[in-house]
Amino acid sequence: MGASGPDSDVVISSRIRLARNLDGHKFPQVASSEELAAVKTAVRGACREIEQHGGWGQFCFAEMHELSSLDRQVLVEKHLISPHHAQVAEARAVWIRDDEAFSVMINEEDHLRLQCLFSGMQLEQAWVALAGLDDALEARLDYAYCRRRGYLTACPTNVGTGLRASLMMHLPALVMAGLAGGVFGAAAKVGMVVRGLYGEGSEAIGNIFQVSNQITLGQPEEEIISNLQVIARQIIDQERRARAAFAKDMRHQVEDKVFRSYGILRHARILTSEEAMKRWSEVRLGYDFGFVKSVTPASLNQLIVTTRPASLQRRVGRQLGPFERDLERARLVRETLQNTSDC
Amino acid sequence: MLCDECGQRPASVRITKVVNGQKAEMNLCEECAKVKGEFQLVLGPHVSITNMLSGLFGREPETSRGEIERCELCGMTFADFAKAGRLGCSACYARFEQRLDPVLRRIHGSHEHVGRAPKRLFGHINLKREIEQLRQELDKAVKAEAYETAAVLRDKIRELEKQGQSA
Repeated sequence: MGASGPDSDVVISSRIRLARNLDGHKFPQVASSEELAAVKTAVRGACREIEQHGGWGQFCFAEMHELSSLDRQVLVEKHLISPHHAQVAEARAVWIRDDEAFSVMINEEDHLRLQCLFSGMQLEQAWVALAGLDDALEARLDYAYCRRRGYLTACPTNVGTGLRASLMMHLPALVMAGLAGGVFGAAAKVGMVVRGLYGEGSEAIGNIFQVSNQITLGQPEEEIISNLQVIARQIIDQERRARAAFAKDMRHQVEDKVFRSYGILRHARILTSEEAMKRWSEVRLGYDFGFVKSVTPASLNQLIVTTRPASLQRRVGRQLGPFERDLERARLVRETLQNTSDC
Repeated sequence: MLCDECGQRPASVRITKVVNGQKAEMNLCEECAKVKGEFQLVLGPHVSITNMLSGLFGREPETSRGEIERCELCGMTFADFAKAGRLGCSACYARFEQRLDPVLRRIHGSHEHVGRAPKRLFGHINLKREIEQLRQELDKAVKAEAYETAAVLRDKIRELEKQGQSA
């Protein structure tokens, strides 16, 4: 995924997720291996038909147990599957379009978890696109649905629309200004959840936050998405204001911070993932401020995933211990920035 | 951080209340949290979503007169959900329909879907479900000798069955 799309100075990516289940089958958590296999076979058949006739492009259907644990972990780091899906491999599968914009987890918490991931602020576009894929699957599979409750899901927190819309936002200026907590508190009051990068319970590394809706029942999909957009617009606005205030009053201090981090990323020999993301955030801000010009935001954004442990190991083609990863991470970052010329 | 209520003891629990989609949060000490019994969710700083949901289910009244209701498809009881925080299958939603109402209202501030419906299946699946639901209601009405209600329900079922045949 690149770094294009509207508001990409603040919004890294937009994601829509839909939870769906097949009628008359137990949910994955209580289903037997045979039942899970039956669901998987039915879904696989539908996927094949869509690949052949749907005009949806090239996909890959992978059985989780056929993937190495490293490959599974890479999919987690790319946000294409959940950590849970990577752990419980039996009778689980994933269907991913080649450009990774669409992915479907089969037999995760629900029989189907459809996802559309676009760069920048493109929630509406992602929703329209994913609704299309949902229709294509629904044309071939009997979804568990009832008029009163909507799409029926294993967890009652997802029932109704089954829709989770989320934005990954880079908010360094709000954090530096000490305003992030207040903004997130306000978002929580209107039913939005703010988490760190990489989902539930994780800390916000690299000042990257995920903002998503909590409520899935009682509101139509479009309203859920537009509510999230309204909140996101306010967060974007606050972040930009904070950035402008720093640019006006503390320009030299910020510039110094950016170039110190830039220097470290260009020259360090050992980088922990925590330090890499902390420095990354400052260099990314430096690009948005116009201090750092020769780095492309796309190559910077790629580092969010490529410096993660499994992706690093995949790159060198072997298992790495924590220290080796820090060495390899530093090497990858140096290579990414080697032809840049800001000073 | 000090307790929002007494302002003296350190806050050890965060209490979240969701009413009609509006969320209110308070940081309280244990003593004050106990007093604030009307809050439905009591969250420590590292409470998992499953525990939180178990709390929601667990506060539901026990099954009437010791009868254990089980879902016909997956065999789960309401108490099982309290432990797992997850439903066993789509049929559980119909089986425990009334008991889910308050749970869903607490989570979402609503218990009824207003969004999109599956295009192909909406017709016959919903018709089937609706007829099943009405039949159950009809049985209850007949048992309770509420014949007027039963007559209305019977007419509705007939109407829906006609729709199903013509579709």
